[in-house]
Amino acid sequence: MELTSLDLKIWRGDAKGGDLVSYRVPVREGMVVLDAVLWVQANMASDLAVRWNCKAAKCGSCSAEIDGFPRLMCKTPIDEYGGRLSVGPMKAFPVIKDLVTDVSWNYQVNKEIPPFTPSDKDLSSSEPWRMQQKDVERVMEFRKCIECFLCQDVCHVLRAHDLKGAFQGPRAMVRIASLEMHPKDVLDRRPLLKGKAGIGYCNVSKCCTEVCPEHIHITDNAIIPLKERMDDVYFDPVRSLVNRLGGRSRKRPAD
Amino acid sequence: MTTASYETVETDVLVLGAGGAGLRAAIAAAEAGTRVMVVCKSLLGKAHTVMAEGGVAAAMHNVAYQDSWEVHFADTMKGGKLINNWRMAEIHAKESPDRVLELERWGAIFDRTWQGRIHQRPFGAHTYPRLAHIGDRTGLELIRTLQDRAVHTAGVDVHMETTAFKLLTADGRVVGALAYRRSDGSLILYRCSALVLASGGAGKMYRVTSNSWESTGDGIALAYDAGAQLRDMEMVQFHPTGMVWPAGVRGLLVTEGVRGEGGVLKNKDGERFMERYDHERMELSSRDVVARAINSEVIAGRGTPHGGVYLDISHRKPEFIKSKLPSMYEQFLKLSKVDITKQPMEVAPTLHYMMAGVRVEPETGATNVPGLYAAGELAAGLHGANRLGGNSLSDLLVFGKRAGEAAAAASKGNPKAAAAKLDQAQVEQAIAELMAPLDRPAGENPYKLQAEIQDVMTAHAPIVRDAAGLQAGLEKILELQARAAQCGAGGSSSLAFNPGWHTARDLRSMLVNAEALLRSALERKESRGAHARSDYPKTDDQLASVNYITKETPHGMSVEAVSIPTMPSHLAEILQRSYATYTPEEME
Repeated sequence: MELTSLDLKIWRGDAKGGDLVSYRVPVREGMVVLDAVLWVQANMASDLAVRWNCKAAKCGSCSAEIDGFPRLMCKTPIDEYGGRLSVGPMKAFPVIKDLVTDVSWNYQVNKEIPPFTPSDKDLSSSEPWRMQQKDVERVMEFRKCIECFLCQDVCHVLRAHDLKGAFQGPRAMVRIASLEMHPKDVLDRRPLLKGKAGIGYCNVSKCCTEVCPEHIHITDNAIIPLKERMDDVYFDPVRSLVNRLGGRSRKRPAD
Repeated sequence: MTTASYETVETDVLVLGAGGAGLRAAIAAAEAGTRVMVVCKSLLGKAHTVMAEGGVAAAMHNVAYQDSWEVHFADTMKGGKLINNWRMAEIHAKESPDRVLELERWGAIFDRTWQGRIHQRPFGAHTYPRLAHIGDRTGLELIRTLQDRAVHTAGVDVHMETTAFKLLTADGRVVGALAYRRSDGSLILYRCSALVLASGGAGKMYRVTSNSWESTGDGIALAYDAGAQLRDMEMVQFHPTGMVWPAGVRGLLVTEGVRGEGGVLKNKDGERFMERYDHERMELSSRDVVARAINSEVIAGRGTPHGGVYLDISHRKPEFIKSKLPSMYEQFLKLSKVDITKQPMEVAPTLHYMMAGVRVEPETGATNVPGLYAAGELAAGLHGANRLGGNSLSDLLVFGKRAGEAAAAASKGNPKAAAAKLDQAQVEQAIAELMAPLDRPAGENPYKLQAEIQDVMTAHAPIVRDAAGLQAGLEKILELQARAAQCGAGGSSSLAFNPGWHTARDLRSMLVNAEALLRSALERKESRGAHARSDYPKTDDQLASVNYITKETPHGMSVEAVSIPTMPSHLAEILQRSYATYTPEEME
């Protein structure tokens, strides 16, 4: 049966508290959750706070929890919900108002990750760089990240345990992977991974991969290879023995 | 009058806007040794630049060895129907390869040729394959690279979700800006010794647009209010291919990359109609031509049931489509349940870009107001009457850098400007106007007024215009200006993240842009590029040397014709040459 109206519940409130408020929204063909929320804003609640920009799943602004599941509102058709759904803010971040949360921590984390660093030789070369497509493709997946922070929202280390000081979260791991596996980057970020980034906190439950709207295989392709890189130098018993006996294995980076 | 409370923040160079142009300007200004403050309406990295899909145009001749800056220059001028600023087109064509290679050295990733060079794809009205790209998300790559570079550049600070609403002047020079934080409505007074505007276009004044809520033309309106001249305001670009169905996604961009990779346009009878409009270039004709062709087909009753035409790439292999156009594949599958590897897309024109904007000096991006610079979509000149795809990302990089450097130099040359005595009445009045809608609970709803502006512009300044329609539209916009000045915030007086209140302010910007567009469109009595008039269907060769300049006078907004300086012979000669056609089989 064709839907004519949607029973939409939106969490309204601020840091002090709030509640779900019901709105009845006329349904248009092909409507996504963001359309419904913006209809409410234009017609019923002009002060309804919501972030959005491109409406095309390219900017990662309209992250929210739809029936409790972290999704982009612009990419979620309402017909998946049979006439009734609720929208709330991301729970891993402090609420500012309604659907808008304070995500500034993610920007601080990004600042703590040492940026792209090519070799001096590459940097001083006046020739355009050459790279092979297959080498570039290795990091392409990570470069798709639209910084919606849904992975950060669903990560239980951040969400349930609020260990934001200890673990930088899946988004940061994807960022580090994009740098570590960049064909022209030479910086060693393993001390960061072991230390401030706290990759050890991730127990590969793959929740982040599940919610990624860009379908980045966060756990398999970013986190696990990064864990292996770190383990390789810090926790490999054979290498540790070789090191202790003064062998010439790869030098352990300074912490 | 009570003194409004605000925080004062000092910097050397203030950059409004954090898209490609703003970030590139910020990096340049910081590298030149000045302190930089970037202020943007959304979160960092969400700017409209991410919507650019196809690529960045730069004559690196990695795919077609015949390409050169001269051909890129000629393509840009011809595409712009000759009313471009020829010096900007020259600088752009010469410098964009360096800007792209520089981006790569900052960590950007591009698709490669088999020799490992940056791959370049063909695009509408570019003679040779010229667009450096990564799949169909080049804009995201560009913004992420610049964002990371900027936050790791010493001297750059960013204030996110902060909207500037007034430029402050002292003795005719721009020395700061007033802004409010979206989260709590608190006010900031920025003091600076030079200011770069890079806040994009005003696509939101149309109903069907690829632009986000942000694109309300704030920078253009702020510049105009500060005394800056605007140029060729009639020139706005309808991208030929926006989604048309379902209604919720109408206007969403379908990248020109689809046609670049071989997509064909057909009407409901299955006819490849571009044959009749541009036999030579077909689907890869310039955007103004393709948009008008689609418009004509739909009006003639040869459109699809949803009022578009078909764009079909299903003759290419599914793996090819998924690797070259991954986000298009995903977008159609998810939002319209169309598998583009098997079915055609339905598309129609969508308002996409402003060639129009603030008049600038070609070398520096300086406006006619001392201390005020502009770059990116909001600066006019490079694209003339029609922008070629791929030329906007290169525009951002080339002129963002130049504006940032010029602003830094201006700041160093006028270190005392940031301490100039401000006219306190100017500050108080701007704040009072900003706050007024909050005190008008019964005032008209800003969203309703915004929808009316969109209806007026859609009806009165469409792809094909005429004097009667434009004139009637102008009267309606003037009436809406009066109503908007008295509008409310939608019923809530809260300062905390109140989009109704924010929209009330944005209306002012949109209305300045709308009025300028209509007035300028009335003046240009010919059809040229994106500006088509049914009452003047021909291109008037006399007007190839005319720009229309909009400025504020004591009697309100006025538009005057200004002659374009004669092109030097070495550039004019480039336009006369003919260039070998590109045939991929021979060269790859």
